[in-house]
Formats: sequence, C-alpha cells, structure tokens
Amino acid sequence: MNQTMNSATTTEPMISLSGVEKWYGAFKALDNINMSVAKGEKIVLCGPSGSGKSTLIRCINHLEAYQKGDIHVGGIMLGHGSKTIDAVRREVGMVFQQFNLFPHLTVLQNCMLAPMRSLGIDKAQAEDRARTLLERVKISEQAEKYPAQLSGGQQQRVAIARALCMRPKAMLFDEPTSALDPEMVKEVLDTMIALAEEGMTMICVTHEMGFARQVADRVIFMASGAIVEEAPPAEFFSNPKHERTRKFLGEILGRH
Amino acid sequence: MGREEFLFLLAGLKWTVALSVVAFLCGSIAGLIVALARTSGIFIVERLTAGYIAVFQGTPLLMQLFVVYYGLALIGIQMDAWAAVSVGLTLHASAFLGEIWRGSIEAVPRGQTEAAKALSLGYVSRMKDVVLPQAIRISLPATIGFLVQLIKGTSLASIVGFTELTRAGNIISNQIFQPLTVFGVVGALYFLMCCPLTIYGAHLERKFLTASR
Ligand SMILES: Nc1ncnc2c1ncn2[C@@H]1O[C@H](COP(=O)(O)OP(=O)(O)O)[C@@H](O)[C@H]1O
Ligand SMILES: [Mg+2]
Repeated sequence: MNQTMNSATTTEPMISLSGVEKWYGAFKALDNINMSVAKGEKIVLCGPSGSGKSTLIRCINHLEAYQKGDIHVGGIMLGHGSKTIDAVRREVGMVFQQFNLFPHLTVLQNCMLAPMRSLGIDKAQAEDRARTLLERVKISEQAEKYPAQLSGGQQQRVAIARALCMRPKAMLFDEPTSALDPEMVKEVLDTMIALAEEGMTMICVTHEMGFARQVADRVIFMASGAIVEEAPPAEFFSNPKHERTRKFLGEILGRH
Repeated sequence: MGREEFLFLLAGLKWTVALSVVAFLCGSIAGLIVALARTSGIFIVERLTAGYIAVFQGTPLLMQLFVVYYGLALIGIQMDAWAAVSVGLTLHASAFLGEIWRGSIEAVPRGQTEAAKALSLGYVSRMKDVVLPQAIRISLPATIGFLVQLIKGTSLASIVGFTELTRAGNIISNQIFQPLTVFGVVGALYFLMCCPLTIYGAHLERKFLTASR
C-alpha cells in the first residue's frame, strides 16, 4: 500500500517503547521491550499464551504500570502522573477480547459517553459522531439496543465504533476475535481491515494469520516477555529465523 | 383496645417511619462514601474504613445507640433523643450499606473499569456513569434486606426513651393491661411495613438470577 506523503514532520514514531520492563512481583512479564510504530503502520503481535502480549499493549495506555523504560505516544511521553496518562488515553483506542461494552447503556450511549465526558463535546455532536461511526461498522440499525441483545460479533463492532468515537490516532486490539464464535470472526476482521485501509495506526494481538498476511506491515513475535523476532509478514511466515518462532508457527498454522 | 390507643400507636408508627427514612437516607449518603473509600485503592483509607465497618458489624446496635446517646452527652454535646438515635442509626446504616456496596462495586467486572479507563474517563465518571449504576443493581436485594433490618432496628430507640412504635406499644400496654392485643397490633404494623419490602427484594433477586443466566 502506497501511503501518500503527509508531511515531513511525521517522521517521529506514533508509538515507541524503549527499554520497557515490567514485573508482577518477582515475575518479569516484560523484558527490555524496544519497538517503534510509525504513523499508519499496522503491527501484528503474536506469541504463545502468557508471553506478555496483553501486558505489552496494556502498558501503552497505562492500564498496566511498568517499572522501567519510556513509552511515547503521539509525541506525548507517558509519565506516571494522571495528566499524561489521560492525554495518551485520549489518543489511543483499545478493543478487548471480552468487548467490555457497558451493559446498562444502549449501543448509542456506549459510543457517546466518553466523547462527552472526556472530550467535553456536546450531546448532539456526540450523537452525530456515534451514528456516523456505527454506520461505518455497519451496525447503525442496532443503535437503540442494549449490548446483551446483540451477537458477539456485533458487540465487538460496537466496541470498535466506541473507541473510534474518541477520534484516536492509534488503535490497540487485544485478541479481538478470540471470544467469538467462528462464524462471527470475519465480520470483525473485515471491520479491522477497513480501518487499516483508512490509514489507522494499529497494534493487533491476534492469531489470525490470514489477517496478519493481508494487513500487517510487520509481525512481531514475543516469547517469555521479550520480543524474539520481527519481520514483514511474507518473510515472517516463509522464513522465520528463530527456533521458537518456527515451533509457534507450526502449532498455530497446524491448527487451521 | 380503643380508637384512642390505636391512634397513639399510629403516632408511634409515624416516628418509626421517620426514623427509618432519615437513617436510610443519611446512611445511604454516608454509606456511599464508606464504600468508595473502602474501594479507593489507597491502603490507609481502605484500612481505616475496614476498621470502621468492623466496629459497627461487631457490636450490638443497642450499644451503638447507648454510646451515641450517653457518650455525646458526656463530651458536652447535648442532643435530644430523636437526634441522638438518628445519628446512631445513620452511623450504623452507613457501615452496613458501605460494606454491602463495597461488595457490589467489586462484583462489577474489572473489564468495565478498564474499558472506561481506556476511554480516558476520569474517576468520577468511571464511578458515576459506569460502575455505580451496575453496582446498585447488583446490590438491590441486599440493600432492601438491610432496610428491613433497619426498620426493625429502630425499635431499640425505645430503650433510650424515644417514643416510636415499640415504646408506644409499651406505654399503651401498661395502661390497658392487654399486652397480647397491643403487641399483636404492634407486630402487625411492623409486618405491614417489612413484608412488602421482603417480597420486593426476593422478586428482584429472582429477576437478576434469570437475567444473568
Ligand atoms: N495481574 C497479574 N499478576 C501476576 N501475573 C500476571 C498478571 N497478569 C499477567 N500475569 C502474567 O504475566 C504473563 C504475561 O501475561 P499476558 O500479558 O496476559 O500474556 P499473553 O497476553 O501473551 O497471553 C503471564 O505469565 C501471566 O501469568
Ligand atoms: Mg492476552
């Protein structure tokens, strides 16, 4: 995909982590993580269960605190004070495995809450924005329903719309299709592909290797809290360098 | 028992209701603060509120009323019986409701708070818009159960000389020497207040059970 030139000033990465380390007590969950994601770049993060993928992307919006290293998002240095944390959270959206929609609010209200409360835009504007984005994830007819009345795939698309209503500069996905029935995986992946084609900066934790092949600029493989290998998808799948990557790919691709 | 005696009981009933309402409303406000403090994530605040709750859960209500009624007088704060039992019952209710609501707040899935944080919602909005509406729903059966306990608990106010329903019954009973009749009526009046609440609580519990299946 040839991205048109935006401007000369965007050489600074959208997201960068340098020397990030995180412990849960005595257990080291992230070990010297260095990565840099350019504006518009799509990263697929994969690795065995427990390798620290969720921990890594949850550090980027400070859902998890980390003990060492620096994280920059959209030019903001993520400090440990609430000011910069809030600023970063306004810039990055997150989609969870379990959707985490607010069950007591309608689909529309789910999408309107944060723009009104944390961006301070007025109700009419928030509703406008919400309906536009619900349209984009092809779910506008369900706007007045409650999450429990929707299928898993629909709920996850609402969750994506809810995050987009904040007009984020980047999106984080933590296994967005893992909790879905197989027949609903595609509708969510299609939504993510459309988002990618619009130029969104994305970090996706997923084991959907078809998605990785089609969308990712780079695939990053993690094991035991460290980045083991990263490469463009063609190279990553055809010519993995590390033994652990080969073993992982064997297991993942063998399953499908 | 004549009409006059019955009206006297109703006057007592009025105070029982007033006391229950005041204790429940003030106790709810204070209880919300207790619940929020208990889940604040600030170690010292959590320990202090845990202690507060433990004191009220670990001592009889009657003793709590005594301490407020006589204790405050000892340190020079003059209060009539009505104000003293109101304060005592409010403190009592704040601790119990605080503990009920702490449990409900913690029963709201963590993912809710995480999604709210990821959307950059601050503490006040996370609580007001996301966590508390769900927690209150979860807590309703237990909250109503406590309200029933509280209504019956107001009868202890009679011991410090406050004329609510139970003490009104006592007075009438001493006048007309028909304790069985009088306390039968008193009991029926309590029952009429509490039973609908109990049924409503059970109804909500069933509703949530089927909703969560
Ligand atoms: N809250 C926690 N407390 C202690 N250990 C945790 C906690 N969360 C995750 N871990 C551990 O950190 C490691 C990485 O977890 P996670 O990032 O969830 O892995 P992944 O998403 O790759 O499956 C795992 O070994 C997990 O057991
Ligand atoms: Mg994970």
